[in-house]
Amino acid sequence: MFTLYKTWHPIASPFDPCKPILEKTYSTPPNIYMGFQPPNLPQFSPQEALRAGTLWKPFYDPYFNPFEKAKGGIPR
Amino acid sequence: MKQIPPEYYQMMEQLQAVDFVLVELTLYLDTHPDDLEAIKQFNHYVKERKTIKKAFESQFGPLQQFGNSYSGHPWNWNEAPWPWQV
Amino acid sequence: MWIYEKKLQYPVRVSTCNPTLAKYLVEQYGGADGELSAALRYLNQRYSIPDKVIGLLTDIGTEEFAHLEMIATMIYKLTKDATPEMMKAAGLGDHYAIHDNALYYENSSGVPWTASYIQAKGDPIADLYEDIAAEEKARATYQWIINLSDDPDLNDGLRFLREREIIHSQRFREAVEILKDEQGKKIFF
Repeated sequence: MFTLYKTWHPIASPFDPCKPILEKTYSTPPNIYMGFQPPNLPQFSPQEALRAGTLWKPFYDPYFNPFEKAKGGIPR
Repeated sequence: MKQIPPEYYQMMEQLQAVDFVLVELTLYLDTHPDDLEAIKQFNHYVKERKTIKKAFESQFGPLQQFGNSYSGHPWNWNEAPWPWQV
Repeated sequence: MWIYEKKLQYPVRVSTCNPTLAKYLVEQYGGADGELSAALRYLNQRYSIPDKVIGLLTDIGTEEFAHLEMIATMIYKLTKDATPEMMKAAGLGDHYAIHDNALYYENSSGVPWTASYIQAKGDPIADLYEDIAAEEKARATYQWIINLSDDPDLNDGLRFLREREIIHSQRFREAVEILKDEQGKKIFF
């Protein structure tokens, strides 16, 4: 399944003093896949676009603090 | 203490929404100068922005100066609130 | 010339008086990958880049000033009416001693902004690659600040700014494609 967030698993040594984070996540935003933007991509309404930070739905990639509960955001 | 009426926020956000579409289309057209549909959409929102700007300014004073907006009497450009104060 | 508009690009809100968050946010005000650096970098590169991409640099550079004003608004609201005690508790005692609650172009460690944060190589590809990297670094900085923040209203504004980095990066990548093209004209329809 395609996702805009990838994960990896760092080594956890018995001599690492902090509680190990077994899975790390990093962002791979839509712009690195798009290439030259094709015409007529699906759009948000102006009000939604302002809230999303982009006019085009395929570029919408909200980031939430993993330590706070995600509020959801605008559906794609 | 000066109070800002709720309509200020409503109309401001209407303008921000339309202006945001115009920003997005501007950047898009900078790299896609031949996309006629996008240009039509751009021109449509240019017209809509003019209507909203006029309505906003008639209630809350000029949005731009150096002659890009009309002035009331007395000169009302330098009246608060400024954007970061609301 | 530039015309000021009495309007923020996005309706900025913050939930609490919180100088600690302001300290982190200053990174995007006067830090290496902040909005001031971005605006000055792009607008300055325009003078030595092919005509085909000057418009894009002008428009993104201009939008960066709108983002600078949003960041300033966040910092202003998070520290407005904060007492010296609160500033001190937030690690801003040394800032307060110099600036009171005034904003200053410095990074979150208090290092003043410097032109060495930006490059101008005069080579269009080198300059645009710097711009793409700058956008990705600013995106990452927004992620880390969102991770540090428990203010949902602030995070809402920061998410908007992070999304703009994605779009700007996209456009700079397209600018590279335009300059790479053999015929000087990109056929993509």
